[in-house]
Amino acid sequence: MAMKRNGGSQLYASILVNAIFAMVNYPVVLISTVLAPFSLLIVITFVSHGTLLPVAIAGALIMTMISAGTSMQQDLSHLKNDFKLQDMIVSSPTSALVYLVGMAISEVVYSIPALAVLIVLAAVYVHATLLGIVAMFFVVLIMFVFAVSLGFVLSTLTSDVVQSWAFAGIVSTILSALPPVYYPITYIPLPWQYLAYLSPATYAAEIMQNTVGLTTFSATTILIDWAVIIAVAAVMTYLAVKKAKWRED
Amino acid sequence: MIGIARLTKRYEDGTKALDGVTLRLDKRITTILGRNGAGKTTLIRIMSTQLLPSSGTVTINGLDVVKDVGMVRDIISSIPQEMKVMGIATPYDHVEMYLNARGIPPDEIGALAEKALKDLELWRVRDKSTADLSGGMRRKVFVAMALASKAEVIFLDEPTTGLDPISRDELWKTLRELKRERFIFLTTHYLQEAEALADKIGILEDGKLKAIGTIDELRAKVRYPYSIKVLSDVRMEKPEKGEIIKGIDGHLQIVTTEAEANRISRKLIDKRVRFSMNPITLEDIFYFIVKKPIEEENYGDEEEWW
Ligand SMILES: Nc1ncnc2c1ncn2[C@@H]1O[C@H](COP(=O)(O)OP(=O)(O)OP(=O)(O)O)[C@@H](O)[C@H]1O
Ligand SMILES: [Mg+2]
Repeated sequence: MAMKRNGGSQLYASILVNAIFAMVNYPVVLISTVLAPFSLLIVITFVSHGTLLPVAIAGALIMTMISAGTSMQQDLSHLKNDFKLQDMIVSSPTSALVYLVGMAISEVVYSIPALAVLIVLAAVYVHATLLGIVAMFFVVLIMFVFAVSLGFVLSTLTSDVVQSWAFAGIVSTILSALPPVYYPITYIPLPWQYLAYLSPATYAAEIMQNTVGLTTFSATTILIDWAVIIAVAAVMTYLAVKKAKWRED
Repeated sequence: MIGIARLTKRYEDGTKALDGVTLRLDKRITTILGRNGAGKTTLIRIMSTQLLPSSGTVTINGLDVVKDVGMVRDIISSIPQEMKVMGIATPYDHVEMYLNARGIPPDEIGALAEKALKDLELWRVRDKSTADLSGGMRRKVFVAMALASKAEVIFLDEPTTGLDPISRDELWKTLRELKRERFIFLTTHYLQEAEALADKIGILEDGKLKAIGTIDELRAKVRYPYSIKVLSDVRMEKPEKGEIIKGIDGHLQIVTTEAEANRISRKLIDKRVRFSMNPITLEDIFYFIVKKPIEEENYGDEEEWW
C-alpha cells in the first residue's frame, strides 16, 4: 500500500534542521554568515582604491556559493557522524536526492542575509546588461550546484567529523585561495596562472569579470569557461546522486 | 512478518559481525540480547536498510530490504544506538522535523507530535532546548520521533540505555501499548527489559543466533528450574543432575533440578559456604546459553567437595 508522501515537507525537514533551527535559536549565526564573504571584499576594495569593487562583489557572490557547499559538507558530516541523524533519515521515505536538495536549499536559506547585502551592492556598483545579469545568475547557480554536490559526496565518505574538517580545508584552499575570484587573473604571475586553472572557480570568475567589464576575454575563452563549469557541475551532480553512499556496504 | 535467512555480514576489514542468522518473527515485540560486539547493531542496521548484507536475505512484510528498499523505507522507522539530540532544537522541533522528513502532510503533524510527546511525558518540556534536557529525556525524544511517525515497524537500538528505572518503566509501558498497532524490534543489554517487554527474545553471540523464543521456550533450553550461585571461592563437584557454569562475576553457578538443588544447598550450609538459590531467571539462561559449561578439570577432584 503506497502512501502519499508530501515532497515539500521532506525538503522543509532539511531546511529546519540545517538552517531554521539555528537561525531562530541562535541569531548570532546570522551575523557570522553576513560577515563571511565581506572580509576579502573589503580588503581588495581598499587595496585597489575602489577600482576592483565591482569584481570583488561578483567574486563574493561566487565565494558565498562555494562556501555554502563547503559548509554543507561539514553540516552533513556533523549530522551523519555526530548526531546519527542521517541513519534515521536513510531508514525513512526520504531519498538521498530529496535529502541533498533539501540540505542545499537550507544552505541558501542560511546564506540569504549575505546574498541580500551582496545583491544590493551589485545593483549599486555593478553595471551590467540584462544578459550580463542573467549570465551572472547562472554562473552563481552552477557554482552552487557544483559546490553542494562536492560537499555531499565528500560528506558521505567521512566517518568522523575530523576527516570532514580536513576535506573542508583542502577544498577551500583549492576552490577559494587559489583562484582569482576577487581580482583579475592577469594579476597572477604566469606560472601560477596555470595552477589557478585547476580550480573551477577560476573559470566562473572569468565569466563574471568579463560581464562586469573589468577584463575582456575572447569569446572562445568565455565559451570554454562555460563548458568547463557546466561539465564539472554535471559530473559532480552525477557523482552525488550515483556514488554517494546512502546505504553503506 | 519479519523473515531473516542465512544472514551474514563481513565488514571491509574482515570482521565477521553476523554469521548465518536465520529467524522468523511474527510476534509484536522482539528483543535481541547480546554482549558488546555480538552483532546487534549490525543486524538492526541491515534490517533498517542502512547497511548492505554480505549474503542472505531480510524481508519485512514480504518486502526484501535490498530489492524493495523504497517500499521498506515507507513502513519502517529506526533509531540508531548512538543518536544524539540537536542542542539547537527543542523536543517538539525534533518530532516536527522527523515527521516532515517522512513526508507526513503538514496538517497532521501537530496532532501526531502532541500525542507522542504526551505519551512519553515530554510535553511539559516540548519548548525547552534539548541541550538543557537530562540524558534520559534526550533518549525519550528519539523514541517520541519514532512513535509519532506512522511507521508500522520500529527498530530501536538500545533505547533504554541511560534511562532511570522509572523512565524505563514508562517507556516499557508505552512500547507495550504500541505493540498493539506496530511491530517493534529492539536490542538491549538488560535482561530484565527483555523479560518485561518481549513476546520473543533472541540471544545473539559472536554473530550467531544462539537461541530465539518466548521466555518459556528459552527456559526449556536450560532444562533445569533452579540455580545456585556459590559466592565463596571453592571447588565444586559435578552435580548428579545439572551443570556448572561460570556466572556473571566469575563465581560458579549450578543449574539443576529441585531435589538436587536441595541436596547441594544442605551440603553448602554444612560447609558454611555462602550461596544463593533461586528459580532460574533470564539472566541465568543468558549465561547458560552464551557461556559454555566450564571444562571438566575446573571442578577439581570428584572425590572431594572443596
Ligand atoms: N564499520 C565497521 N567496520 C568493521 N567492523 C565493525 C564495524 N561496525 C561494527 N564492527 C564490528 O562488528 C562486530 C559487531 O558490532 P555491533 O556494533 O553490531 O555489536 P553490538 O552487538 O551492537 O555491540 P554493542 O552492544 O556494544 O552495541 C564488532 O566486532 C564490531 O567491532
Ligand atoms: Mg550496538
